[in-house]
Amino acid sequence: MHAVRMSGITKNFATVRALDNVDFKAEKACVHALLGENGAGKTTLMNILYGLYSADSGEVYINEKKTIIKNPAASIANGIGMVHQHFMLVGKLTVAQNVILGAEKTTLGFFNSKKIRNEILEISEKFGLRVEPDKKIENISVGMQQRVEILKVLYRGADILIFDEPTAVLTPQEISELTAIIKNLADSGKTVILITHKLKEIKQAAQKCTVIRRGFNIGTVDVCDVSEKQLASMMVGREVVFDFLHEKKNEPGDVILKIENLTVEDNRGVKKLNGFNLELRKGEIFGIAGVDGNGQKELVEAITSLRKIKSGSIKINGNEIANTSPANVIKNKINTIPEDRQQLGLVLDFSVEDNAILGKQNEFSNKGILQFEKITKHATDLIEKFDIRPSGCEKTKMKSLSGGNQQKFIIAREITNNPDVLIAVQPTRGVDIGAIEFIHRTLLAEREKAILLISLDLDEILSLSDTIGVIYEGKIVKTMKNENIDEEKLGLLMAGGNA
Amino acid sequence: MRKFFINFLRMPVTGSLFAIFAAVIVGAIILLAAGHNPIRAYAGLFYGAVGQPRFAVQTIIASTSLILTGLSVTFAYKTGLFNIGVEGQFIIGTVAAVFLGHFLKLPPIVHPAAVMTGAMLAAGAFGAIVGFLKAKFNIHEVLSSIMLNWVAINLANLYISTERFYQEVGKAHGIQNSASIIFLHEMKRTPEGIAQIRELGFLSEILLRTDVNFGIFIAIAAVFFAKFFLDKTSAGYALKAVGANKDAAEFAGINIKKYMVLSMFFSGAIAGLAAAVHITGVSPNTVTLLPAFQNYGFNGIPVALLANASVIPNIFAALLFGGMNYGAGYIQSNHGIATEIIEIMIGLIVFFVALRAVCVKIANIIERKKYGSSN
Repeated sequence: MHAVRMSGITKNFATVRALDNVDFKAEKACVHALLGENGAGKTTLMNILYGLYSADSGEVYINEKKTIIKNPAASIANGIGMVHQHFMLVGKLTVAQNVILGAEKTTLGFFNSKKIRNEILEISEKFGLRVEPDKKIENISVGMQQRVEILKVLYRGADILIFDEPTAVLTPQEISELTAIIKNLADSGKTVILITHKLKEIKQAAQKCTVIRRGFNIGTVDVCDVSEKQLASMMVGREVVFDFLHEKKNEPGDVILKIENLTVEDNRGVKKLNGFNLELRKGEIFGIAGVDGNGQKELVEAITSLRKIKSGSIKINGNEIANTSPANVIKNKINTIPEDRQQLGLVLDFSVEDNAILGKQNEFSNKGILQFEKITKHATDLIEKFDIRPSGCEKTKMKSLSGGNQQKFIIAREITNNPDVLIAVQPTRGVDIGAIEFIHRTLLAEREKAILLISLDLDEILSLSDTIGVIYEGKIVKTMKNENIDEEKLGLLMAGGNA
Repeated sequence: MRKFFINFLRMPVTGSLFAIFAAVIVGAIILLAAGHNPIRAYAGLFYGAVGQPRFAVQTIIASTSLILTGLSVTFAYKTGLFNIGVEGQFIIGTVAAVFLGHFLKLPPIVHPAAVMTGAMLAAGAFGAIVGFLKAKFNIHEVLSSIMLNWVAINLANLYISTERFYQEVGKAHGIQNSASIIFLHEMKRTPEGIAQIRELGFLSEILLRTDVNFGIFIAIAAVFFAKFFLDKTSAGYALKAVGANKDAAEFAGINIKKYMVLSMFFSGAIAGLAAAVHITGVSPNTVTLLPAFQNYGFNGIPVALLANASVIPNIFAALLFGGMNYGAGYIQSNHGIATEIIEIMIGLIVFFVALRAVCVKIANIIERKKYGSSN
């Protein structure tokens, strides 16, 4: 029996066809993965199922009964729940309060806290979702926050659970815990739909996998019958090569960037970096592995002089750059690919060519007058050399480029500055697999400079870095060569354990 | 055809036209309620604004300072700042213009140029205070400018109340004739000159009954210069980048604090130019005691809003408002319609400007219908 059957779903956004006559079936009590690149339409399909969008045509059957889902409330009533990528929790409230939020059961307007607590514990035991109901959300780990999100959905009586990229913020240990939970849910009769573009997870957790590409259903396969490589080429529509990494080993040279005893506080005065040390050598990619929130953000802000440091030093080629200005940092030949490309990297309302000279407007002017031919030519160079699409987009507004092309553009611009040190923060976050491949190749090609790679994606760190430093609570707890690394051990270090 | 209509709806100017049209409709309802024939009222308003050469000239004179104050607000807006302090900068500009216009002894042409430069520097510096407070202490420009507007009005009154600066209590010394930018200013002051002007036929009517002056050319030149500065120079580029995304601008190494101060300096300087043109071009060519704001600066805000923060359209928006203001006097005296109705219409235009996004929404709905989808 199919818990979910969607047939002939078509959805247009203005002139863009996001989904084209897509059929999708998920069996009851089964983990069904939905694989596709960013913008392929997988999230749109699930948003239709969850009632956030309505389809232009097509039908939805829940438990083989034709159902019209107009809004999320209707979908919850039909036993469908969604665990969002970004948690929707209230930090100041307890776990139990968050679980019941919006579905409060009251008697004459009063809570029965004890009863609610027991109900929550009952569900959490049944599915192996270990939580502490009385703790505040802001005091529990990310992994537990996610379990609270799952509990929320189960508390509302969901039989069909949609997980939207659930592992983006988790450590390897937390990922394996989540995988166990997902399997457990399916064993207890729940249907799980897993939206992801991580092939490894599909292999680990799912039985079936449907691949969506450019709004079309490419096919549904039994996961045990296919390899990761086959899944990848189904998703992209061509062979994807990921074995190009570390073709040639570099011998790192002198120290270029030296950070000593760095202490940095966040806006609330909490020490986010505390005695942080790092040496980046010429010719290496130094990858900083760690769970989000261990000081990565403050480290980047300190190096780029967006944030004042409390003590310590940041030196490039012997020059102190801490507490100066972003302009001075750039002058000292440090360029940065920021994590938040739309906020820090681009002016979305400017054209592509105007973005190409951001901060360099004086180099592209003569006696204060902008040299438009030179500017356009510069943009054309970047577009051609870095395969930014659509080609010929010099005069296009930056906001109409796709995320992957925006990211390629930033990387193109920063590399073309020819820096001594390139800081790449989450360089492939939210971009599709084709762009990831391109970005990784580009970064490797620039390795003879010195690259500080900060990423939450452990696979990215492992496949690019020459040296890996694990950051935990504002310190590098261990630095190691990227040779024969035990991922288990790395995960433990990231979670603050000893290894 | 439909495609054309959709594109038309999406054009920025459509939103402004929609605002004017909607204000006309609502204004008509108010006129009807007040017992007036709206068609006759609007015809009268139009005639009063441009129906005779003399009226058209008065409309232009009324629009001149509006063009510049509108430009002042637009310029700051391009850097992401809301210059509500344009009123105070205008007042400072008038005081500087009157002071220089009276006490400097310079030949014609040079004198008004010096007056304008001085007023621009004074008002620019006054505006720069706002930029400095924002850059240095992160004080919101709206708060500091509102306070500084009061500082400005009181400084002006202090000037007018100081014996060495006033001609009589409550009125400062007027500017020298050499500082005037009114056409044939000298001739208009002697009986022989007036007799000569009378021989010019229909032009004499304009020359003798209005303060027709060079100001409009200065205002239009300033608009085109600002357009050139913002679009073609590296400093203008940096200003716009700070306005469009100051975080990205700072991250790319642009000194955003410098440009905040600079932008407010320029914006204030444009307000100062408006003031200097007003003082040197319109009688009584001086300042008098101000019991309250006269709104010369504030009136630039609706102009900038209607111009949709674009530079050139300030000219047309200012002409519209200038014409409405001047034409209002005509319908008041000839049709007995209170000028307040025109004030209400200007308010309505600003109100509907805020709703201009409706046009884009309508375009989206039509487009969706065409492609048979629903979102």
